Amino acid sequence: MGSTKGPSGWLAAPALVLFAVFALVPLVGVVVLSFTRWDGLGPISWDGPHSWARALTDPVTLNAIWVTAKVMVFSFLVQAPVSLLLGVFTAGRQRYRAALAVLYFLPLLLSSAAVAIAYKALLDPNFGLGPGLKIPALAQDWLGSPNLALFVVVFVIAWQFVPFHTLIYQAGVRQIPAPLFEASQLDGAGRVRQFFAITLPQLKYTAITSSTLMAVGSLTYFDLVFVLTEGGPGYSTRLLPLHMYLTGFKANDMGAASALAVVLVVVGLLLALLLQRLGGQDRSASQQEGV
Amino acid sequence: MTSARARPNLLGGAAGWLWLALIILPIYYILLTSLKNQSEFFTSNPLLPPSAPTLDNYALVLRSGFARYFLNSVVVTAGSVLPAVLVSFMAAYAIARGQGWFLSLSNRIFLLGLAIPLHATIIPIYWMITRAHLYDTLLALILPSIAFSIPISVLILASFLRDVPGELFESMRLDGCTDWGMMWRLALPLTRPAVVTAAVYNALNVWNGFLFPLILTQSPQLRVLPLSLWAFQGEFQLNIPAVLASVVLATLPLLVIYVVARRQLVSGMTAGYTR
Repeated sequence: MGSTKGPSGWLAAPALVLFAVFALVPLVGVVVLSFTRWDGLGPISWDGPHSWARALTDPVTLNAIWVTAKVMVFSFLVQAPVSLLLGVFTAGRQRYRAALAVLYFLPLLLSSAAVAIAYKALLDPNFGLGPGLKIPALAQDWLGSPNLALFVVVFVIAWQFVPFHTLIYQAGVRQIPAPLFEASQLDGAGRVRQFFAITLPQLKYTAITSSTLMAVGSLTYFDLVFVLTEGGPGYSTRLLPLHMYLTGFKANDMGAASALAVVLVVVGLLLALLLQRLGGQDRSASQQEGV
Repeated sequence: MTSARARPNLLGGAAGWLWLALIILPIYYILLTSLKNQSEFFTSNPLLPPSAPTLDNYALVLRSGFARYFLNSVVVTAGSVLPAVLVSFMAAYAIARGQGWFLSLSNRIFLLGLAIPLHATIIPIYWMITRAHLYDTLLALILPSIAFSIPISVLILASFLRDVPGELFESMRLDGCTDWGMMWRLALPLTRPAVVTAAVYNALNVWNGFLFPLILTQSPQLRVLPLSLWAFQGEFQLNIPAVLASVVLATLPLLVIYVVARRQLVSGMTAGYTR
């Protein structure tokens, strides 16, 4: 393996083989399977582009794309500002902020299934929080009405993932060189001014990372929606990953489901590339520009 | 950030406490409700403590096979994380210390692997697992979980190993130590914190994983915890306090890890995305 000095390349082989067999091969495999017809049990036969045609002309697919786009946009609009503010807030060295940061992390410990189950109980129209407190505004049939259900999904996703993005922003803020703030303070800049003139521009690359993860993450919400709404009512919260699962493992059309999986991968990569491009050059290069 | 500030940050403070309330309320509700008996659950104020707290719900969950599911989760998590961290450590050591096209290619493959969404690979994985006659076994969950734990582990461990001064390795080499020996006697002890970070982070992911168990197993006796929560929900029906007790029990081990190894968990979370 061509190394003169230092450890042999063979040391990387076990990891590489395991990763290749159970991640890279399946990634190629899903492209292959998208050109076949398979019910998940019987034999697999070539089917040309028919699975793609079935998957992409299905109105449920188009609806799933639309719902996914909506969840992506709304999730971003909710999560980005909240995470940014909380990240800046928890980056402060005050004791109580550190204590709050410890508590903010708690949702990340729960599995998506647990979160979904808890919210199902909490939002129950008969026995949940709203009816229990006798507050009519809270006693809606949150998961029974298409529009409300979508916003509940967005809210619960935010509840679960804002802590993660807060951590990213917190780390970003802590990397901003302190002299920047000290200098601007000498110049008499107030907190708001500092936030817009220093914190925000310095967080550009953190923001791009976090936004990329939010956008790409929107293509992977499965467990939560599966347990919380099963895609309903109707098709109103049937996100793409869930649609893929139901197409493959419930409607037994693995070909079409594979095509949907390929769509997920490609859209994810495109979004990631687009957002990185938006941010300009290599982000590791200029985290501290202007110092 | 700056040390002394003239005015307290009112806006930030208010938002901080508000978010805390939003985070804590559901958790408080879960805990509280899990301690109520069913009739009190239907009649009492959902945010007031039960007049007669009971552990019956926990007893019911424990009687309903929870120990079995818990054990399955332990087997799958340990069976995935230990081998994953071991092979990742070896790969990271070679990548950080070695040279050659093969290692730089490996490194690039692992970095790329961070971007592969697990969901998109589930159909071929299902095909492979059924073909290998592993369907409905715990090993079926372990193998892909190992694979998807490797990229982030290599990233965490290699970046840590690169910071170890080369002179340490050189002086050991002069003493006649082989690369293999240095890996175990020098690199591993020095990398302990990063090993713990990688292990804890992957353990969290595998422990909470839902998709692999949902698709690759079907027997009730092979259920892992997230799947069992979902099943309890169907079994217990309107006995919501019992369902929520199962949520508490399933989360308890992670809470313990969080208390013991918070720093590692947090740095594992952000390892791939900051710096």
